[in-house]
Amino acid sequence: MPEMAHPVLTFDRVRKRFPDGTVALAGIDLGVASGEFVSVVGPSGCGKSTLLRIASGLTAASDGAAVAHTDKLGYVFQDPTLLPWRTVQANVELLAELDGLPKQERRRRADEAIGLVGLSEFAGHRPRTLSAGMRMRVSLARSLTLRPELFLFDEPFGALDEITRERLNDELLQLFLSQRFTALFVTHSVTEAVFVSTRVVVMSGRPGQVIGDFPVPFGYPRPPRLRFEEGFARLAGEVSACLRGERRRPVDPVEGIARR
Amino acid sequence: MSASGRRGRWLPFWGPPILVFLAVIALWYGVSYLLLDADRRFLLPPPHDVVQVSLLDRYNLVELLDGLWLSTRVAFLGFAVAIALGMALAVAMSQARWVERSLYPYAVMTQTIPVLAMVPLFGLWLGYSFTSRTLVVVIFAIFPVIANTLFGLQSVQREHHDLFTLHGANRRTRLWKLQLPAALPAIFTGLRIAAGLAVIGAIVGDFFFRQGEPGIGILIDRYQSRLQSEQMIAAILLSSLLGIVVFWFFGFLAQRVVGGWHESAGDPGP
Repeated sequence: MPEMAHPVLTFDRVRKRFPDGTVALAGIDLGVASGEFVSVVGPSGCGKSTLLRIASGLTAASDGAAVAHTDKLGYVFQDPTLLPWRTVQANVELLAELDGLPKQERRRRADEAIGLVGLSEFAGHRPRTLSAGMRMRVSLARSLTLRPELFLFDEPFGALDEITRERLNDELLQLFLSQRFTALFVTHSVTEAVFVSTRVVVMSGRPGQVIGDFPVPFGYPRPPRLRFEEGFARLAGEVSACLRGERRRPVDPVEGIARR
Repeated sequence: MSASGRRGRWLPFWGPPILVFLAVIALWYGVSYLLLDADRRFLLPPPHDVVQVSLLDRYNLVELLDGLWLSTRVAFLGFAVAIALGMALAVAMSQARWVERSLYPYAVMTQTIPVLAMVPLFGLWLGYSFTSRTLVVVIFAIFPVIANTLFGLQSVQREHHDLFTLHGANRRTRLWKLQLPAALPAIFTGLRIAAGLAVIGAIVGDFFFRQGEPGIGILIDRYQSRLQSEQMIAAILLSSLLGIVVFWFFGFLAQRVVGGWHESAGDPGP
């Protein structure tokens, strides 16, 4: 693995074998440095989500170790996981509440986060009255209240229509620039991965292993039209080809670990 | 949606149940006058006789209302105990599998036990007073409270649990901020069913005790043995009315508490 200036998250030969015998992850070596936005793409069932669960400590690795060098962790699930009986405001305050922050501070941070995702007008609404995209913004705002240094995204926009998804990609990048967090972003959309990231990591089908690692050369801020530029299309094409297994990076056949 | 949301659409809302009511009355008259001869009419006296004898006669009315009041108190106290005990048991069961495995079979037993056969025993053990009647109500009503509360507590999404786990929530926080609120719709469903059962329990228990201060069940038994059909019918109607009112009340309460965020929250209905 290349030397990394400020690693925020490192996976060291992480394997995951479930009790039923399926091997979800076959030795993952991956580092995420401070300020990076790393996307992980792979076919469904390749253990991308398991990777995040291990990174956050929700699931234990069977072998190897994942170390997060910060405890300020944000986790955004595919489902917005809002509490339907709480208003937007109360939902966004939840994490600060669980972490025991004083009421005033909770309020202040929630107001700020709700403002950041542009939902101030809807603070008093219940989730069921919001659209799917708005619910996801609330979920983002909720995580922002704790000012995470490392954000884990588990296909957060996977269930949204394309227009909403692209809009949220743009908004997410604005947050990435203004809030300066490090991100590990799991998705099955190549376009989305290339558009938001500084680096795209490709995983193979089960058992999941890293089969490609592509730096994304575009700077920020990224205009929406970037998606239709030639360089973007070429890179997306390369990532797709790697996903299909046409351009496998050399992989050690015994250990099953991607060498870079 | 509730009736209040459709002010001005009174007829479509209340029309059908009223129509059914009128049809039942008509059928009732039909049976009384067309099917039964005058000397067998006591089997089903016509509605106006029922009203005349049991509701417009002061002495009979007071007797009936006293009985109804006693049964109502029994039903409410028993129901309150069933709610408190049932929810406490369900919370305990939700905390550990072994508690659930140990207790659930006995909760099911409250449903399968032949309560009516137990009623005389309760009478012997606890007397024929308020206490044993309340106990019958508790046995009748507790199971839906336990089953629905437990189901609700256990139906929380895995991601919600993950969210709470990530932020180090302890059992109490998880219970108060996640599981209990999430369980509210199911709990209210259980309460509506249990409320109806509590009323039935109060009357049935009473009916089989046959002793002590007369509740509505004892009155029904007494009227039956004296062939006072008018009063018997009035007593039956009043007790079902009580059940309906209680059922309605909990539907209304559910609507107020969880109607703002949950689709299946009860429609108080006609």
